[in-house]
Amino acid sequence: MSEPYDGLAAPPPMPRPDDPAAVPAPVSHPAEWSVAADAPELLRLDNLEVHFPIRGGLLDTLTGRAKGVVRAVDGIDLTIRRGEILALVGESGSGKTTTGRVVVKLTKQTGGRVTVDGKDVSSLWGTRSLRDYRRRVQLIFQDPYETLNPKHTIGEFVMEPLIVNRIGSKHERLERAMAALDAAGLRPAADYAARYPHELSGGQRQRVVIAGALVMDPELVVADEPVSMLDVSIRTELLRLMLDLRRERGLTYLFITHDLSIAWVLADRIAVMYLGKIMEIGPAEQVIRTPRNPYTQALVSVSPSPDPPAAGERASRTILVGETPDAAHVPSGCRFHPRCPLAFDRCTVDEPPLFDVGDGHKAACWLAEAGPLNLPVIEAVEAAGGSEVAAADIGVATEAAS
Amino acid sequence: MTTAAEIRGRRQWPLPKQANPAAPLLEVEDLSVRFAMRQGSVKAVDGVSFRLDDGEALGIAGESGCGKTTTALSLVRLLPANGRIRGGSVRLFGIDLVPKSERQLARYRWREISMVFQGAMNALNPVQRVGDQIAEPIEVRLGQSRDASHKRARELLDLVGIPKQRSAAYPHELSGGMRQRAMIAMALACDPAIVIGDEPTTALDVMVQAQILQLLERLRRELGLSLILITHDLSVIAETCDRVMIMYAGKVAEEGPVTRLFTAPRHPYTRKLLSSFPNIHADRRTLDVIPGAPPDLRNPPPGCRFAPRCSFAMDVCREVVPPEVRFSDGVRVACHLFPTPDTAPLVVASGPTAPLTVGRRADGAHEAAPGIPDVPTPPPAGRPRGLDGADPEDGQRPLDEGRSAS
Repeated sequence: MSEPYDGLAAPPPMPRPDDPAAVPAPVSHPAEWSVAADAPELLRLDNLEVHFPIRGGLLDTLTGRAKGVVRAVDGIDLTIRRGEILALVGESGSGKTTTGRVVVKLTKQTGGRVTVDGKDVSSLWGTRSLRDYRRRVQLIFQDPYETLNPKHTIGEFVMEPLIVNRIGSKHERLERAMAALDAAGLRPAADYAARYPHELSGGQRQRVVIAGALVMDPELVVADEPVSMLDVSIRTELLRLMLDLRRERGLTYLFITHDLSIAWVLADRIAVMYLGKIMEIGPAEQVIRTPRNPYTQALVSVSPSPDPPAAGERASRTILVGETPDAAHVPSGCRFHPRCPLAFDRCTVDEPPLFDVGDGHKAACWLAEAGPLNLPVIEAVEAAGGSEVAAADIGVATEAAS
Repeated sequence: MTTAAEIRGRRQWPLPKQANPAAPLLEVEDLSVRFAMRQGSVKAVDGVSFRLDDGEALGIAGESGCGKTTTALSLVRLLPANGRIRGGSVRLFGIDLVPKSERQLARYRWREISMVFQGAMNALNPVQRVGDQIAEPIEVRLGQSRDASHKRARELLDLVGIPKQRSAAYPHELSGGMRQRAMIAMALACDPAIVIGDEPTTALDVMVQAQILQLLERLRRELGLSLILITHDLSVIAETCDRVMIMYAGKVAEEGPVTRLFTAPRHPYTRKLLSSFPNIHADRRTLDVIPGAPPDLRNPPPGCRFAPRCSFAMDVCREVVPPEVRFSDGVRVACHLFPTPDTAPLVVASGPTAPLTVGRRADGAHEAAPGIPDVPTPPPAGRPRGLDGADPEDGQRPLDEGRSAS
């Protein structure tokens, strides 16, 4: 410590700031607060399907005949336990947002069942019956700039759900709004309540949106890319806030994101979606560290990291060729097979179900049928579907994980 | 690594007449840009200096409002109407572009410095076929015939991985990744010396982003492209660039080789920024929080602009603007925690010690770890980047010995 600074290496240990409380706690995956395995199930999706019809020209519109369907969500099963954070990860067009919208009842499913707290809410429609539901399930949108009405003060925005739901007297509403703003980290709440959205920064706006969700005291929060518009430093604060809220209020999150690394920091479990199907689901650590589906493996391998790659490290990235097909033309068999570097004959014909590979980790891949299989690293960067390559590689790498 | 002479020898078009062939590709010195606002003048860029060598990729990173885009736009003066360069120089091949008139500058735009913008849908003309859009600068700026320029456009599309037939497509017929490729083809149309990418992959999916970054890497290798990559995403820079410049509130906080800066950050802001990024490839599920918000640039704090948010701020930080200090490993830092070259006696070379190796601990702190060898970059001839007289081999020791133990 007393050694003089030599100017070459990184700096010596820096003096601690005077006030340790001034340093905010880092966002860390809270091992101290993991969900008990026997926590009750809060949300359950059974074979959920959302198909949007494509209508063609005028004649089709008049006859109401659909030209085809976009299979946005194509049969997914999912459960979230109370107090859990489940991250739904996928690229654009994977159906993750549609799934979230079905859960908050903004989009009607075309098949399957949604169960919340043991009650089937699939056919719960109409304002009156939804009112109670929406007290318990709240949505946070991606863009805080568009969520907030520029002509309403922050206080009005936060109180609005209470007014709509006819909760409490005027005074009680005000009190609850203040408490929600305070819980969302906007302090002093009274000061913020009188302001307009344009007076706030992006991070503060997103806090307001969170306060607006909190004011209803929900059990389940569906957060659709809540931090992807924000700068890193603000992003971390919000993730911190979301974790704190879970600890304090026992909130449950369905966290929708395209960013696997955010999911990894925040979530207990991760579900990876591709073209309307769940390709892999399981505890975050297992999905990221030992992916059992080639798609997840490729996604993990291309997720950039802030450490400069060491020599040769880049070779281990699997960059898939082409793009996600559109959901109106879902490929036969496994929907990922045209881009899968490990695809073989069966993949083009049969669609793999989710195979359990242990510890609640499931993968929809024929390679996982026989149990956990360490996927070979596909070194060919321009990995295209090729059954010979795959077969050879698997021969080398076939080893069941312990 | 190709040399500057080789890269310049490969140019299709001669250097500008006033160019000094021995001058570095791009040297920006003490650049200041202000925006006139009703509420006062905003110092968006305040005394920024950097240099780009032939074939090099420089990443400029920072949060929104730090001046990274403004810095890049002011190189070819594409600033909004209320923006003005208030001082400094931008020397391309030794030619100062700042005093040039709009007309004179036109020769450098696109032909020497071209740009790839973030939203390809907004940057491309929706009612013109992509092939025509790529051919246009070749025809207009280089005076090529219509046939020749269209032929070149098809070659360029092929180069960036778009089938030639798609040159007749309109932008809306292409996917996001394809549009971004078309943008890159357009930027390459006149064989420019420098391509500036302003958040070129931000709106794209991670797999498409990987494809585009791979393309940029290939183009750098094949064409000896010199690249300035502007992004808020440090991980993109870590994967593509040779050097990185971290900006904060219109000033350079730290600049240096990616291998050094990302593994051994010196500036507290760089440290915070790096540890607030999740890293899926490391056992780190901890993100740091940077308290507070960037300062209002209409009247920035008197001393270091990061001082109000810095957990190591001292009295001097709140009063005196920290000078930039260069280190022998090619990093320069503007922070009072570091002795200036004037306090060089502090920089005593101690005896031979363990080689400097760094790694990251699970909690994001830095510690000595085997595996990542550190190669100090030798200062380029003619412009020492290190402290005068300091030998890069001297006085190295494992990072943060005391820290990792505590």
